[in-house]
Parts: sequence; structure tokens; C-alpha cells
Amino acid sequence: MTTSAQGRQKKYSGAGRQRNAWLLHLFLLLASVLFLFPLVWLISTSLKQVNQAMQMPPTWIPKPIVWHNYYKAFHYHENRVTGEIPFLEYARNTVILAILTVAGAVCSNALVAYAFARLRWKGRDVAFALTIATMMVPFPVTMVPIYALYKNLGWIGTFRPLWVGFWFGGAFNIFLLRQFFRTIPFELSEAAKIDGCSEFEIFRLVVLPLAKPALSVVALFTFLGTWNDFLGPLIYLVDPKTFTLGLGLQAFQNQHGGTPWNLMMAATAMVIAPVIILFFFAQKQFIQGIAVTGLKG
Amino acid sequence: MKASRKEALTALVFVSPWIIGFTLFLLYPLLASVYYSFCNYSVLKPPVWVGLANYRNLIRDDVFRDSLVNTLVYAAMALPTGMAVAIGLAMMLNAKVKGQTFYRTIFYVPSLVPGVPLAVLWLWVFSGKQGIINAVIQPWLDALSRALVHLHLHVTLTAPQWLTNATWAKPALVLMSVWGAGNAMLIYLAGLQDVPQHLYEAAELDGAGWWSKTWNVTLPMLSPVILFNGVMGIIGALQIFTIPYIMFPGGSPARSTYFYAMYLYDNAFLYLKMGYACAMGWIMFVITVALTVFALKLSSRHVHYGGS
Repeated sequence: MTTSAQGRQKKYSGAGRQRNAWLLHLFLLLASVLFLFPLVWLISTSLKQVNQAMQMPPTWIPKPIVWHNYYKAFHYHENRVTGEIPFLEYARNTVILAILTVAGAVCSNALVAYAFARLRWKGRDVAFALTIATMMVPFPVTMVPIYALYKNLGWIGTFRPLWVGFWFGGAFNIFLLRQFFRTIPFELSEAAKIDGCSEFEIFRLVVLPLAKPALSVVALFTFLGTWNDFLGPLIYLVDPKTFTLGLGLQAFQNQHGGTPWNLMMAATAMVIAPVIILFFFAQKQFIQGIAVTGLKG
Repeated sequence: MKASRKEALTALVFVSPWIIGFTLFLLYPLLASVYYSFCNYSVLKPPVWVGLANYRNLIRDDVFRDSLVNTLVYAAMALPTGMAVAIGLAMMLNAKVKGQTFYRTIFYVPSLVPGVPLAVLWLWVFSGKQGIINAVIQPWLDALSRALVHLHLHVTLTAPQWLTNATWAKPALVLMSVWGAGNAMLIYLAGLQDVPQHLYEAAELDGAGWWSKTWNVTLPMLSPVILFNGVMGIIGALQIFTIPYIMFPGGSPARSTYFYAMYLYDNAFLYLKMGYACAMGWIMFVITVALTVFALKLSSRHVHYGGS
């Protein structure tokens, strides 16, 4: 690090800048390789035959390429008396849950956030602060009583503990939507009110259509939460036929006679794929969701 | 007066789902959880009051102490490393190189991989016998050993058994968490882009080099974001469950990866000591709040707010 005038000149001259640019590119490329290799290895393994998957030293491009692994993983049957691993059913269960939770989250949180954002009532801001405060409570604190509650309702072993709660709002989504709803000009509401609209009509006809970006963020993150949930299904589901993808993938592991890693990787790839695909189609929503959580300061 | 009354009633209707949700899923469980923590409760029978017994037993419990230490050690390892990598990557991306979007995607996509598939993938990558990491590292370690012979040091360096060696299990988890730094990287990148350019120019006029600019301009301007990510990171690290549950059942190598949330879960659902688990939950809550307050206190001294 030089501070002489000459040194400064050298650093910011064309040659210095060129060198810095090359260095930067080198680091970026190195980092890219490090970040990419696990996923590349995932795909590579998923397309190998069982014996080749276990082979050392590793080969990156499988010969032959076994696309059939994906079919096999999807329809995997364990050859023992303990039963099958119905991957297809796991996927179906997860999709059903996703639909129920996303619908619930979007509907309930939009209603609640509207009250916090567009209506005036006594104690509103205190209630909102309280809502935000609840985000600090870690799930393990309330896990046991909630489990006991569901047990007393007789809901353990059903899907209900995994989606009913979403129809009653959640602090994070209320916060997100409330922030967004407040950015919609109040004049629009006023105009609608003058036209004789009820509050619910204003909600439905004025605010909701303008809130589509925020609502899609809620939908996206709720979907991801359900798709990726492990602890919930772990404690609430009993019958293997009702398992979700997360639980099912784990079941793949506990195999007699060793894990078929090539099929395992194929199954893993299939569970990851929708998430990645969703990202590429919904990049804006992803970034927006992160921005709201990250930059609220 | 009538209009505001009407508005209040309408608000009540709109908020009603949350009133139910808050009461049923937050307020009631919070209070119940306090109560249960003073009871012996296996969910099959009604709770039996035992006073402070659970808390007293926790203090004497070796496993409790181990699980807490494991969790804190892991957090101390993972948070700074993850932060450094995320900020480093963000700074590299902020330099407006060609292909910035391409690199950004590469660094972000791994953080999308969710818990269970992530654990399964890394079980395969870290595998002792067929793991790709060791297959790649071992030749380098061999070369290093050969080089060290010239310095009259005869050592055989072997790639670690990540999943079965107590010393390497936590570092393995730290590596995985660093792989997921893409999320934080995006937040830092956004923060970096908010740093006013004239501050850098002023620093350059004073002869500041890269490190000086980073230390005196970039990091202070990023400090609110660093604080936020730090607090979120602490809260998250204290609750780590899914990945160690799948990769290290029972905290396997010598209980080195038996984390707090795992012990809590086992107490509740394996040993059916739900009161005990509730006590653990509250201790975790208190620690979380304490750490957050501590971080905020630190921030008042080091965090710089305000725009240009």
C-alpha cells in the first residue's frame, strides 16, 4: 500500500486497474467452482449406475448416463415386508399441503394487514408492535403446548396441524403486507368511499389488485416454507402414507443393505428442482422478500 | 363519533383471524409453556406440579450443558465465517465486473437448497469412503506431505472423516452454512450499493488503499445490515435442528453435534418429558433475548446510521 503520489498514480493507471480486474475475475471463478461443485456432483451421481456411483477416484461425467434413475427413484419400492416408499404420494401430500397453506396465508394475512394499514382504530399501533414482537419467540418455546392442543383435538396423525394455523395469520406476513398496503395512496380509498363502497369492497376492488406483488411474495415464501418443512411433519404425521417429501427423502436413507446413493441423489434433485425453477421464474419476488426482511433496519 | 365506531368494528372483523391465531397459537402456548415448565408432563397424562425441579435438574444435567456448549460453539464458528464470506462475495460482486448477474446467481442458488435435501446431499459429499470432498482434497494433502518431507517433517496428512470424527463434525456444518451464504450476500450487496460514492472518493483523495477504504468507509456504512444479519444469525444458529438431526442422529461423533434444539426435541417426543422440554425452551428464549440485547448494546457504540 503506497501513499506517494507516484504510487497512487500507478494504482489507478490503466495497467493497475487491469491487473486488479484479472485478480477479481480469478477469485470469482474460483469461488464459483467451489459453490457449484456440490450441485454438479449431485446431478452427476444421480445419473450413474449404483456401482459407478461408489467408485473412487470420482468421475464427473457418467458413462452410461442413466436417466432411468429418476424414474426408479420416483417409483421406489423397498423389497422388504416393511412396505414401499411411495415417492409419488409424498409429492402429492406436499402439494396438497402447499395449496392449503398458501391459500390460507394469502387470505388471512391480507385481511389482517388491511386493518393495520388502512383502518384507524384505538390501540392499532400497540397491537402492531406486539405482533412484530412475537416474531422473536422461537418455535421450540410454544411447540409443546401447541402439540398438546392438537393432541387434545385428536388432530395428531392428520394433516390439519400443518395447515389450519395458516388461516389465522402470521406475524411475518402481516408485517410484510402492512408495509406494502401503506404505500397504496389513501386517496384511492377515499375516492371509493365517496362512491359508496363498503370497507370490504375497497379492500377487494382497490387494494388487493394493487397488492399483487406483495401477495405473490407471501405466496412464494409460504409455499417454500411448506415444501421444505421437516419438523412439522416429523412431529405431527404418523402414517408413512401421509408423509411429505422432506420426511420421505429421509426415509430413503434408512435402507436395509446400504443406501442406493444414485437413486438418493436423483430423489434429492427432484425435491430441490421445483425450488430452483420457482426461483428462476419468480426472481423479483425472491429479491423483494429478502429486501423487506433485510433492510427494514 | 359514529363513523369511527363503525371503523373500529370493521377493523375488528378484519383482524379477527389474527386475534384467534394470536391467542391460540402464541398467547396460550406461551403461558401454558411456562406452566408446563414447572410440571412433569408426558402428554398422555395431565401435568403434575413439581415446582422448580425441572430447572434444578437442567442445571445438573450433563447433556443439557453439552448441548448448550455445542450450540454456542457452533454459532461462534459459523456466524463470523458466514458473515465474512457473504460480505467478501458481495464486495467482489459490487465491483461491477463482467458477468455479475451470472456470478450472483451461482452464489445464490445453493442457499435455496432446503434443509432435508441439503443434509442428504452433504451426507454424500462428506462421505468418508465415496465423498467427493475427500477425493479432491487427498491428492493435495499428499503433495503437501511430500513437500514437508523436504523440511524434515514426516507427517501423513489424511483427509478428515467429516461425519464420524468429533473434531471435524462441527466444521463440516460450518462449511455447509457458508455454502448457504448467498442469501446474506444479497442483503449485503444491496447495502453496499447504498454507500455514497463520494465517501470513497474522499478517502481516495486522502491516499486510502483498498483495506483502508474497506475498514473506514464500507464496513461502517454496512454496520446496520451487519447488525441485523448478526442478530438473525444468532437466533437461527441457536435453533439448528433439521440438518444435524438427519446427518448426525443422536449427535453421533461423541455427541459433538448434539445441539440444543435436538435435546429439546428428544426430551419432548422421545422421552416424553414435556415439562422438561418447556423449561429448556424458556431458557433458550431468555438466552436469545439476552444475546439480542447485547448485540443492540454493542451496536449503539459501533453502528453508524444515517444517510449521506
